[in-house]
Amino acid sequence: MPKRVLDISNVAYRWPGRAGFSLTVPRLSVAEGESVLLLGESGSGKSTLLSLICGTILPDSGKVCIAATDTSLLSGGARDKFRAEQIGVIFQQFNLLPFGSVLDNILLPLRFAPARRKRAGNAAAEAAALCAALGLPEDTVATKAIALSVGQQQRVAVARALIGHPPLIIADEPTSALDANSQAAFLDLLFSQTTTHQTSLLMVSHDPRLGERFDRVIRMEDIAQIKRAAA
Amino acid sequence: MILRLSIASLFARALTVGMTVLAIALSVALFLGVEKVRTGAKASFADTISGTDLIVGARSGSVQLLLYSVFRIGNATNNVTWESYQDIASRSDVGWIVPISLGDSHRQFRVMGTTTAFFEHYKYRQGRSLAVSDGAIMDDLFDTVIGADVAATLGYSVGDPIVVAHGLASFSEHKDQPFRVSGILEKTGTPVDRTVIVSLEAIAAIHVDWQSGAQVPGQSTPADVIRQMELTPTAITAALVGVESPLQTFALQRAINEYDEEPLLAILPGVALQELWGIVGIAETALLAVSAMVVVTALIGMMATIFSSLNERRREMAIFRAMGARPLTILSMLVLEAMVMAAVGALLGMIILYVGLFIAQPILDSAFGLWLPIDAPSLREVWVILAVICAGAIVSMVPAFRAYRMSVADGMMVKT
Repeated sequence: MPKRVLDISNVAYRWPGRAGFSLTVPRLSVAEGESVLLLGESGSGKSTLLSLICGTILPDSGKVCIAATDTSLLSGGARDKFRAEQIGVIFQQFNLLPFGSVLDNILLPLRFAPARRKRAGNAAAEAAALCAALGLPEDTVATKAIALSVGQQQRVAVARALIGHPPLIIADEPTSALDANSQAAFLDLLFSQTTTHQTSLLMVSHDPRLGERFDRVIRMEDIAQIKRAAA
Repeated sequence: MILRLSIASLFARALTVGMTVLAIALSVALFLGVEKVRTGAKASFADTISGTDLIVGARSGSVQLLLYSVFRIGNATNNVTWESYQDIASRSDVGWIVPISLGDSHRQFRVMGTTTAFFEHYKYRQGRSLAVSDGAIMDDLFDTVIGADVAATLGYSVGDPIVVAHGLASFSEHKDQPFRVSGILEKTGTPVDRTVIVSLEAIAAIHVDWQSGAQVPGQSTPADVIRQMELTPTAITAALVGVESPLQTFALQRAINEYDEEPLLAILPGVALQELWGIVGIAETALLAVSAMVVVTALIGMMATIFSSLNERRREMAIFRAMGARPLTILSMLVLEAMVMAAVGALLGMIILYVGLFIAQPILDSAFGLWLPIDAPSLREVWVILAVICAGAIVSMVPAFRAYRMSVADGMMVKT
C-alpha cells in the first residue's frame, strides 16, 4: 500500500457560535503522488475541511494526519510552521501580495519553513526555473504581482505552492477565475509539475468536468456529513 | 524579507501612510521646535546681562531688584544715596561700578541715567558689548543714546530732539531741557533696546527746578546756567558692579548687604535670573505639554489609520497565514509597520525642524532678539525620537492585537 500523505479519520468539527452546526468526516486519505478532485457545492463544508487539513482550525475530535504527523498534537506555532513545510496552498484568486515582487511572493513560504528552504537549494534559481516551467516570461520575477494578469498570477501561485517540493498541494478552486482555455492550460502546467515531483494534489472544485484528469474524484457529500440544528 | 514586504505594503498605501507620516513629522517638528525656542529663550533670558558680578540697590527682593534694574519692569521702592554709592565705589575689591538712575520716561520707554562706563561694562549674550549702529555715544550733557526698538518704534534718527517726561506715564514733561539723539544702538534682544540712555548729570539737570515731583511754578533755569552748575545726583536707583577678582564676589556681597549707613541689597545676576525663570518657567512647561499632546494626537491618528486598513488587508493576512505565518507574526508585522511610520515621521520632523531653523534663525534674532543655535541633535532630542518610535509601537498594539484575533478567526479563508 502506498504511503499516505493525508489521512483523516473520524474528524468532527462544530462551528463556533452556531449551535448545532457540525461537520463530520469519517475518512479521507490521499496517497503519495495521487491527485484527487473533491467536488462539492458551496456551503458543503469544503472550506472548513481545507482549514482543518491546513491546521488553521482544529477538529473537536478525530485525527488529521499529514505525512504521518497528527497535526492536532502540535502547538499553534508548530502547526503553522508544519503547514509551511508540508503544504503548498493555492487559492481561488487574489493569491499574491499585490505589493510584493513575483520573486518575493514565490519565496514567501520558505521564510516560514527552514527545511523546505533547504530542499529548495538556491531558492531564487529554483523560483526562476519554476517560472520558466510554468510558461512565465523570464523577466516576470522582478515585476510586482499586481502588474500580472489573473492567469499569470495563478501560475505564480502554483510556483509558490511547488517551491521546495512540499508533499501535498491544496488547491481551492484555482481555475474558477479563468476562462475554459486557460483552465485547461493551467491544469496541464499543474499536472506536469506534480507528476515530475511525485507531489500529491488535493483540489477542490464545483466543476465535475475537470474530473477526468484526476486519479480519483470524490464528492463532498460522500465523505462528509453536515448536521444542522433541528429547527 | 518581512521588513521589505512591510515597507512595500506601506508604499502600496502611499497616500494614507504619507499623510500619517506627515502628521507625525509635523508634530515632532513642533515639539522639538518648542523645545528649541524654550531653551533658546531661556538662554537669551540668561544672556540679558553678563559680565556683571553684582547688582546693588535699595533693600527689597532679589527678583524685584533684577526686574527694575535690568528689565525695567516695576519700580524701585527706594533709592541708594550718592554717599553710599561712593562708599562702595571706593572699596578696593570693586573693579568697576556703573550707576543707574531710573524714574523718567520718554513716551512708553524708560529713561536711564548712567555714565559712559555703562557702554564699556554692560555685556550681554556671553560677553558681547553694546555697539552704536548710527551716531556716537553721548558727549554733551543733553545728548542721548537710544535703543534699537526706541528708534524703530518712534522713527527717530540721529539729531532728533527728545523731551523727557517726569515719571512714568506722566503728562508733566521736562520741556525746558530737550535732549538730542546722538546715537542709536544696535539690536541686542535685551531691555536696552527699549531704553533711552542719558548721562547721570542730565538726570540731575532736568530736575534742577523740580521739588517733590513737581516743577516749582515760575522757575525755569536756562540751559546754559545749568551747564555751569555742579550736577551731582543726590541718589541713584541701582549700580552694576564688577569685582577685582571673582573670589571676592561673595565677600563684597556680604559687605554691601551688611552696610550700616543704609539698608542695601547686592544680588548675583545669574542667581536672580534663575529665580525669575523659575516663575516664568511655568508657561514653558505648559507649552511643552501642549506640543507633547500634539504628538500623542498624531500617534492616535496613526492608530486610526492602521485600524481602518485592517479590513482591506484581511486577504493579505490570510495569504501570510496560509504560507505558514503565525498570528504572532502578523501582530509583529503591524507593530513593525507602525514603528517604521513613526521613525520616518520623527526623522522627517527633524529635517523640517532644521530647515525651519535655518530660515527662521536670522528673522527671530532681528525681530525678537531670540537667538536659536543650530547644533547637532542633542541627546535629549534623540531620546524624544526614540520615545516617539516606542510610543508608536505601543499605540499600534491595539490594532495589531485586533489583527491577531482576526487572523486566528479567519485562518486562511476570508469570507468575502
